[in-house]
Amino acid sequence: MNCEESQSQLHPYSDGELDLTKSLELEHHLRECAMCSQAHDDLKTLRKALRSDSLRFRPNPDLEARVKSALRREANGGRQWFSWTWLIPLFSAALLLIVFSGYLLTRSSSDDLVAREIVSSHVRSLMTSGHLIDVPSEDPHTVKPWFDGKLDFSPPVRDFTAQGFALIGGRLDYIANRPVAALIYERRKHQINVFIWPAVGGDIKPTAQVQQGYNVIHWTKSGMTFWAISDLNLAELQQLEGELEKP
Amino acid sequence: MIGAVFTKRSQLEPKNKLASFEAAILPHLSSAYNYARFLLQNESDAEDVVQESYLRAFKYFRGFHGGDSRAWLLTIVRNTSYNLLQQNRSRQLVDSIDDSTEVLDPSEYSNPDTVLRQRIDEDLLKQAIQELPLNFREVLILREMEELSYKEIGTLCDLPIGTVMSRLARARARLQDKLAGKINQEI
Repeated sequence: MNCEESQSQLHPYSDGELDLTKSLELEHHLRECAMCSQAHDDLKTLRKALRSDSLRFRPNPDLEARVKSALRREANGGRQWFSWTWLIPLFSAALLLIVFSGYLLTRSSSDDLVAREIVSSHVRSLMTSGHLIDVPSEDPHTVKPWFDGKLDFSPPVRDFTAQGFALIGGRLDYIANRPVAALIYERRKHQINVFIWPAVGGDIKPTAQVQQGYNVIHWTKSGMTFWAISDLNLAELQQLEGELEKP
Repeated sequence: MIGAVFTKRSQLEPKNKLASFEAAILPHLSSAYNYARFLLQNESDAEDVVQESYLRAFKYFRGFHGGDSRAWLLTIVRNTSYNLLQQNRSRQLVDSIDDSTEVLDPSEYSNPDTVLRQRIDEDLLKQAIQELPLNFREVLILREMEELSYKEIGTLCDLPIGTVMSRLARARARLQDKLAGKINQEI
């Protein structure tokens, strides 16, 4: 074995990875060659130093505790599908449901209350002793300004004679604890009261109901609440509602 | 009755799993940390990688069927470390060396002129190891500090045994050169 070969085998020899035959050959060479023998000694010196314990990086004492608690969390997380922390979103969801359903209930009952007021007002306006119209006019430009100064809002006033719903006048009324505008339309001797006042919430799609034999349609659009009531059949009342909803 | 026994068993099982995992793998914490610390060259990264590696190891513990549990853990530490290194591209992932040029060249090895005859200064040695390119460094740590065989290192780092051998030889030669250079500078 020459020096070149010897140098290339020194590392696997030192690591115990060289087979027996080659190891014996190398040992023989090392005994004869001072340079390679010196290289071998140097390698042994280096390797001894590398094996020194003080060369290692030691983990902080708390790393083991940290790893252990992470493992415990992982082990528990895998086992327990139930945890107290689940209750927090659960409770909030339940609370939200209660509040929301409460809101729905009170809202529908207040709507119900308003519907009854609408019926009373409608019936009173039709009685001979009651009054139907404050400002008799088929002209929107007469009716609309009449409301100025009497209300804190300006109701949309339009005539639909061409569509079969003649505007016959307007009236001030008092519904849901506030002054409101009432527009009176007529179709084949049937009187229709349309109550209008500013809405609180957003738009609501038209919903029809029957109160004491009267058809009532309620909707909210563009910041105004509308209640249309009449003894007219529902289909025709819906036709008026359609006209009023048009911008 | 049978139901009760079953419930008890299934409740106990995860605890047993954790206990047997800890018994088998936790003793290798210092090896895992040392390896990660030399790979990442940063204390908090090494701690994070060790914790992450233990969690991964726990997850895959079912898949571990005997063998060297330390080499198994170190493989996970290596993968986790390389993932982190890949995320932090600012630190060089691979100090690219072309394996094809890793032919054993005698001139690479220590020559008598730069030999260290006196005791090696450990601080200098530690610094010299950290200055090695990642590829050399990790093979050296696995061999000298963790005392893994060429075959184990080859499996762990996904390298042919010949490459393990040549990297190891070159790493040692570089250390010897560096140490010799430093000692010369100090004199």
